[in-house]
Amino acid sequence: MSIVQLPIAKAITAGLRDAMRADEHVLIMGEDVGVLGGVFRVTDGLHAEFGSQRVVDTPLAEAGIVGTAVGLAFRGYRPVVEIQFDGFVFPAYNQITTQVAKMHYRTGGRVRMPLVIRIPHGGGIGAVEHHSESPEALFAHTAGLRILAPSTAHDAYWMTRQAIETDDPVIMLEPKRRYWMKGDVDTDHRPELSPWQAAVVRPGTDLTLLAWGPSVPLALEAAASAAQEDVSVEVIDARSLSPIDVPTIADSVRRTGRLLIVHEAPVLGGLGGEIAARITEECFYHLEAPVLRVGGFHTPYPPARTEHAYLPDLDRVMDGVDRLLAH
Amino acid sequence: MIQLLSADGTRTPHEEFDEVLEAGGLATPERLRGYYRDMVMIRAADLEATSLQRQGQLGLWASALGQEAAQIGAGHAARTQDYLVPTYREHGIAWARGIEPWRLLEMFRGISHGGWDPHELRTHPYMIVLGAQAPHAVGYGMGLQRDGAVGTGDLERDTAVLALFGDGASSEGEVAESFTFAASFEAPVVFYSQNNQWAISVPTSVQTRVPLAQRSRGWGIPSVRVDGNDVLAVLGAVRSGLDSARAGEGPRFIESLTYRMAAHTTSDDASRYRPGSEEEEWAEKDPILRLRRHLAGLDEIDEAYVATCEEEAHDLAMQLHHHIHGMKDPDPMIVFDNVYSEPHPIVDAEREAYVQYLSQFEDEEAGR
Ligand SMILES: Cc1ncc(C[n+]2csc(CCOP(=O)(O)OP(=O)(O)O)c2C)c(N)n1
Ligand SMILES: [Mg+2]
Repeated sequence: MSIVQLPIAKAITAGLRDAMRADEHVLIMGEDVGVLGGVFRVTDGLHAEFGSQRVVDTPLAEAGIVGTAVGLAFRGYRPVVEIQFDGFVFPAYNQITTQVAKMHYRTGGRVRMPLVIRIPHGGGIGAVEHHSESPEALFAHTAGLRILAPSTAHDAYWMTRQAIETDDPVIMLEPKRRYWMKGDVDTDHRPELSPWQAAVVRPGTDLTLLAWGPSVPLALEAAASAAQEDVSVEVIDARSLSPIDVPTIADSVRRTGRLLIVHEAPVLGGLGGEIAARITEECFYHLEAPVLRVGGFHTPYPPARTEHAYLPDLDRVMDGVDRLLAH
Repeated sequence: MIQLLSADGTRTPHEEFDEVLEAGGLATPERLRGYYRDMVMIRAADLEATSLQRQGQLGLWASALGQEAAQIGAGHAARTQDYLVPTYREHGIAWARGIEPWRLLEMFRGISHGGWDPHELRTHPYMIVLGAQAPHAVGYGMGLQRDGAVGTGDLERDTAVLALFGDGASSEGEVAESFTFAASFEAPVVFYSQNNQWAISVPTSVQTRVPLAQRSRGWGIPSVRVDGNDVLAVLGAVRSGLDSARAGEGPRFIESLTYRMAAHTTSDDASRYRPGSEEEEWAEKDPILRLRRHLAGLDEIDEAYVATCEEEAHDLAMQLHHHIHGMKDPDPMIVFDNVYSEPHPIVDAEREAYVQYLSQFEDEEAGR
């Protein structure tokens, strides 16, 4: 049987395992990734199968984790680094932005950086401070990094494999609050769709709703709810955040004339702004309304018992839909 | 490793620390009974917090079980004017500083990011980003130097800083940089690391191949390793370190060897990575039991005192229970508060838009 039902977390585990079996240069590094199997159990069982040379519980230092992964990549290894939570990537920000992102460029293409940096990201899990961040714009703004944001188990499996196979550094933003959301995974057949492309996950005609990662199920829920009011919403899962697949989004917007972008990250300076600008440039004469965004506020991520106000939810997305249709 | 109280409560003299304890009146029978009571109280609060988490009242709890002496000792070793810079597991430090336990629970419940006024209580906010607080401690010390609050010889006025971090956090670059700054500027800082043997599932041996205390010596920062389950050794080391720092003699480093008796947090399952026998072994070295044995040996504690402490601890747990169960969720509008100290048009506009957005629902409700 090539199709299995897996939660997203376990689909990533399977992707890592298969990649490690296929290529002995694939290594896993991070805090608590060994015997414990990671705080989300994504690396569960890998230490038992591959041992401590390939599944490395590192000292507790993110700059060191990413920096040594760079050195390993120079030696031909393909390190997969786990950052325990989104809020703890920042000690490694220097290595990621000044080293990982630029090494290929500054060596005139002589050195490749096939690193994968896995980051459980986003909020909605009732966590304490620094465990619910959405830093994608910071990385998307940095040339040299690729970013994937799977929203389904199937994508989680294949994107893990493809991120590892890619010779460029890839940041994998894993939708932590959806880790236990199950889906069918076909591990035998490589998807035809490139990981760097967006997918229309629900066709529609009145409005395009773009989301990624943890916000995709919300977007689908909103589309279902709109359908009850005879509004036909087309949902696009961006899948890749660097590059952003502008043609697929533009194609949809030319048909619907309206675009709503939903993300958990703050709207101010968020990726939605970049996408809105590009769509406005490319589809200006097709637009019936300004591109709207629903997302986090220009505030730090708030305490857990107020996060429901900060995070886009069905009501806020539907409010966005209404405002778009009012034009 | 310096130990003044062995596991069975036997007292070993220590020239330097005994002098410090004596001078500060820190080891009188009355004081000792006080530490005992403090430890019993915070243990009860800690256990109650764990059960509040299980009841869904807290999002998470990071237990300090087993580390009571390492924290109560350090907290009381500080003088009132000193500034303490904790991690997120410093409930005994908070208690010693007079921070009510429910203020800690606020954070773990998810209704605030920080429950007290750091200036008023001379205690930095709890810190979740590992190691990030260490340079703050050094910078605070640099401020004290500029304010003439170091080295005047007045023990009641000269001030020092206690920077806390765990064995795991000791690997973060910011801790190394803090050592460099503190050494370079001879800042009045005592770095105090509770080596509780684990950083979640990773043993201290992954962070350091030599006793952690040796780490600072390459910086020229003198260091000691004390038994962190021995409240007297902790008191002696921390008071001595802080007094030397306040006297202008530069930084020191203390490794306080203890044990994290509970799982890392309520989200963790320690049985996945450590044998239960290790916990049993450390239960024998329990800090509270040890002090009680010592007091009993001195004939300075009786059943009645023990019973009173337990009653008070029970009352505290009940109070916490009721306080937390009675807590209302905050108004969501607090999301927009305190982002800046001065008006910010974008935040203001977003707040206003959110108010407008919410009012639609009120209208809908009213229309029904
Ligand atoms: C910069 C950073 N990286 C990772 C984490 C996740 N994390 C929280 S606690 C912890 C282990 C800390 O161990 P230690 O410093 O020994 O303190 P202890 O928990 O034992 O008190 C980890 C990895 C974090 N909070 N901050
Ligand atoms: Mg520790």
